[in-house]
Amino acid sequence: MAGYAFLVIIVLSLVGYYVGRSAGRGFVATGGREVHSLPGYHGAFVAVWVCLPAFVLVLLWLFLQGTIIDQVLISSLPQGYVDLADSSRVSLVLSEIKNVAAGRLFGDPSPEVESAAALYNRWETIARWAMLVAVLGLTILTLVVARTRLAPRFRARNNFERVVSGLMIFCSLVAIVTTIGIIASLLFEAWEFFKRVPVSEFLFGIRWEPQIALRADQVAGKGAFGAIPVFTGTLLIATIAMIVATPIGIYTAIYLVEYADDRVRKIVKPIMELLAGIPTVVYGFFAVLTVAPAVRETGSVLGIAVSPNSALAAGAVMGIMIIPFISSLSDDALNAVPRTMRDGSLALGATRAETMIKVMLPAAIPGIMGGVLLAMSRAIGETMIVVMAAGLIATLTFNPVDSVTTVTVQIVTLLIGDTEFDSPKTLAAFALGLVLFVVTLCLNIVALRIVQKYREQYE
Amino acid sequence: MSTADMSLPAKFDWSSQAAVARRRSRHAADHRLRWIGIVAIMIAVGLLGILLATLVSTGYRAFVQTMATVPVYINPEYVDENDPSKGNYRAIVKDTLTSLFPDVTNPRDQRDLGKLLTNNTQFMIRNKVVADPSIIGTTVEMTLPVSDPFDQLEKGVLSRELPEDQRKINDKEIGWFDALAAEGRISTPFNWGLFFNSDSRFPELAGLAGAIVGSFYALLVCFLISFPVGIAAAVYLEEFAPKNRWTDLVEVNINNLAAVPSIVFGLLGLAVFLNFFGMPRSAPLVGGMVLSLMTLPTIIIVTRASLKAVPPSIREGGLGMGASRHQVITHHVLPLALPGILTGTIIGLAQALGETAPLLLIGMNAFITSPPGGLLDASTALPTQIFIWADSPERGFVDRTSAAILVLLGFLIIMNGIAIFLRQRLERTW
Repeated sequence: MAGYAFLVIIVLSLVGYYVGRSAGRGFVATGGREVHSLPGYHGAFVAVWVCLPAFVLVLLWLFLQGTIIDQVLISSLPQGYVDLADSSRVSLVLSEIKNVAAGRLFGDPSPEVESAAALYNRWETIARWAMLVAVLGLTILTLVVARTRLAPRFRARNNFERVVSGLMIFCSLVAIVTTIGIIASLLFEAWEFFKRVPVSEFLFGIRWEPQIALRADQVAGKGAFGAIPVFTGTLLIATIAMIVATPIGIYTAIYLVEYADDRVRKIVKPIMELLAGIPTVVYGFFAVLTVAPAVRETGSVLGIAVSPNSALAAGAVMGIMIIPFISSLSDDALNAVPRTMRDGSLALGATRAETMIKVMLPAAIPGIMGGVLLAMSRAIGETMIVVMAAGLIATLTFNPVDSVTTVTVQIVTLLIGDTEFDSPKTLAAFALGLVLFVVTLCLNIVALRIVQKYREQYE
Repeated sequence: MSTADMSLPAKFDWSSQAAVARRRSRHAADHRLRWIGIVAIMIAVGLLGILLATLVSTGYRAFVQTMATVPVYINPEYVDENDPSKGNYRAIVKDTLTSLFPDVTNPRDQRDLGKLLTNNTQFMIRNKVVADPSIIGTTVEMTLPVSDPFDQLEKGVLSRELPEDQRKINDKEIGWFDALAAEGRISTPFNWGLFFNSDSRFPELAGLAGAIVGSFYALLVCFLISFPVGIAAAVYLEEFAPKNRWTDLVEVNINNLAAVPSIVFGLLGLAVFLNFFGMPRSAPLVGGMVLSLMTLPTIIIVTRASLKAVPPSIREGGLGMGASRHQVITHHVLPLALPGILTGTIIGLAQALGETAPLLLIGMNAFITSPPGGLLDASTALPTQIFIWADSPERGFVDRTSAAILVLLGFLIIMNGIAIFLRQRLERTW
C-alpha cells in the first residue's frame, strides 16, 4: 500500500508540474516580459509542494502506524489478560496476535488473541486505505493551493530554489545525524551494560566468558566480562598484520616511486587496486581454506603445535588485505616530497638508494606514519577475516600460534541470532563496539592530523 | 664554513682501492634496495595469484553438476490425478531406483539406493507432475542431480583409493554409481542451478538466486538513498556552504565517517533500525539503508572532488549571462562533473556489494530457501551467502563457496569495468 501512496505522489507531482507549467505559459502568452520566472519553474514550484508534504506524511504514517495499532490492540484485550508493565510479555502477545492474523498458526490461540487478530486485520486495512486517502487529499490540496499562488510577478524560481537549498542542507546533515546516531546508540546500550557490569570490571578484568553469564547471570555474571583478553587478542592479530603488511607495502611503494618504469607501474598499480577491492569475506575464506592449514603444516614440520584458528593465519591474511592500503598511502607520501629535493640529492652524486633512504624517506615519514596508523585502525576494525579464521575463546596470550579472539569477533558472535536487548551478553557487544569506535576514531584523527600537518609543510 | 673547507683534497685518488670498494658497496646497497622492492611486489602479486588460483581451482567444479538421467514411472497407484500435489512420491523414487537395479533385493540395500539421487528428488518429481498431470501413468526420462558424495566422486574430489571406512559412501554404492555411468546415465552439464536455485541444506541443490536477488535489492535501496543525498550534500558543501565552524564540522565528520569500521554501522542498524524503529530483520531494505550510510561519505567525497575539478570559468560564464547559482550548477557544473560522480558512485556501490559484517548483524545470514519477493522479505546477500556456505561442513559447499566468490568477483569486475570505461570515455580534462 505504501507503494500505491508513492505512486500517487509521483503521479500528482507530474500533474502539478504540467499544471504549473501551462499556467506559466499562459502568463507568458498574455503578459510577455512582465513574467518573472520561466514556465518550467512555475511547474517545479507546484510539483515540489505537492511532493514534499505528502512524502513526509507517508514516512510519518509508516513510522507511527505500527505503534498506534499496537496500542489499540493492547487496549482491546480484556482487562488483566496481559500485565502492561511487563514489556516482554506484551511484545510476545503482540507477535502472537500478528502471527494469527497472518494465518500462521502454532497450536490453538486463545479466543482473546483470535478476536484481537481479527481486529488487527481490520485496523491494518483501515489504516492502509486511510493513508492512501490522506495522501491523495493532501496532494490535491497542496496542488490547488500552490496553483492559486502562481501569478505573472510571482517569484516561482526563487521559491523553488529556496526549497532545493533547504533540501540540500538537510542532506548534508544526514552525515552528522549518522554520527550522532552511532554515538547515541553505542553510548545508550553501553550505559545499560555498565549498569549491570561495572566499567572497571569491563576494562581491567582478565576473564571473558560472556556465554556463561547468560545462563546464570546472578552468580557467574560477575567477573566474566573482563575484556582485557579480547583487547590483547585484537592487538596481537593487528600487530601480526602490520608486521606482514608494513615492510611489503613500504618497499613496494619505494620500488614504484624510485625504480619502476611506467610499464611496471601500469601493471602493478591495478593489481594493488584489485587486492584492495577484494571483499574481506573472500580473504576470510582464503584464510580458512589455504593459509590456516598451511601454517599448521609448517608448524608440525617444525615441531610446533599450532592451533587450527591460530592468530598467525588470521593476522597474515589480514596483512595481505592491508598491503595495498599502506603501499598506496606511502606512494602518495613519497610522491608529495618536492622533486627538487630528490634531484638535488641525485645531483650531488648520491645513489638512488641513498636518496631514497636519507632524503625522501625522512621527508615522507610523517605521511607514511599517518598511513600506517590508518592501516592499524583498519586492522583493528576488520571483521570478516577474524570472524572466519580466528578463535572464539578469549585467552590472554601473546603466542602467535595460539588461538585468540578479537573485539569484532565477539561483537558478531554475541549478536548473531540474538535479539534480546536486556541481557548483559547482548549489551556487552555494544560496549565492545563503543571501545572499537573510540579507538579507531582516535587513530584516524591522529593519522589525519599528521598527514595534513606534513602536507602543509611542503605546499 | 667557506667553500674551500668543504672541497675535496686537491689530489683525491678516485681509482684507489678504498674509493672503488666504497663505490662498489654503495652501488650494491642500491641494488639491494631495488631487489627488496621487486621481492616485495612479487610477494604481493604472488599472494594475489595464490588467492585467485585457490578460488578457481576449487570453484570451477561447482560450475558443473553431476546429473543422473533415470526413467521415472509415474505410477497412478501413488498419485491421484485430481490432486497431484499429494501423492506418495517417495515410493515412486524407490520404484524408479529398484527398477534400475533389479539385482538389488535386500530391503536395506534398496533403501540405500535412495542415497544416489538428491534428497529432494521426490519434490522435483512432484513439481513436474503438478505442472503437467497428463504424465501420470507414463514413464518420463528425468535428469536429476546426484547427491553430494557421488558428485564429489565423479569430480574426483573423493578419491576411490581411500579406505572404505574413511569414505562417506561404500564400495557397493560406488558400484551402483559406476553401473549407472556404464549405462550412460551420468552426465555433467553446466550447473544452472547455481544461479537459479536458492539456498539449500544439500550442496547439490544450493544456488545463489536468493542471494543475488537480495544483494540486488539491497544495492538498489543503497543507490536510491545514497546517490541523491550524497550529491545534494556535496553540492551544498562545495558550492553554497559558507566557510564557518559548522561546515568545517560537517567536513571533518564526513571524513571520519568514511573510516569508521563497517561493523559499527551494523551496530547502528541493529540498535536504531531494528530495535528502535522496529523494522523487519534480514530485510534487504534495512541492509540497503545500512549500506547507504556507509556509501554516503564515499559519494560525497568523490562528488566534491569532481565539482572542484570543473573550472571556475564555467561558473563565472554562467553567472555572467544572468543565470542564478542554482541554474549554473544544474545546467552546467553538474553535467560536467557527472562522469566523475558516476565513477565514484559505482566504485562505492561495488564496495557496498562486498560488505558483509553489517549485514550479519542485521540478520541477513538467515537460512532462506526462496528468493525475496520484495524489499521487506527475509533474504541473504551474496557476501553473507558466502559466509554461510563457508561455515557449512559438507565437502560440496567448499566448491560452492569458491564458485559463489567467483560470481561475486565477477560482479565486482563488471562494476569496476563500467566505472573505468566511464572515466576514460566521458571525463574531460581542462
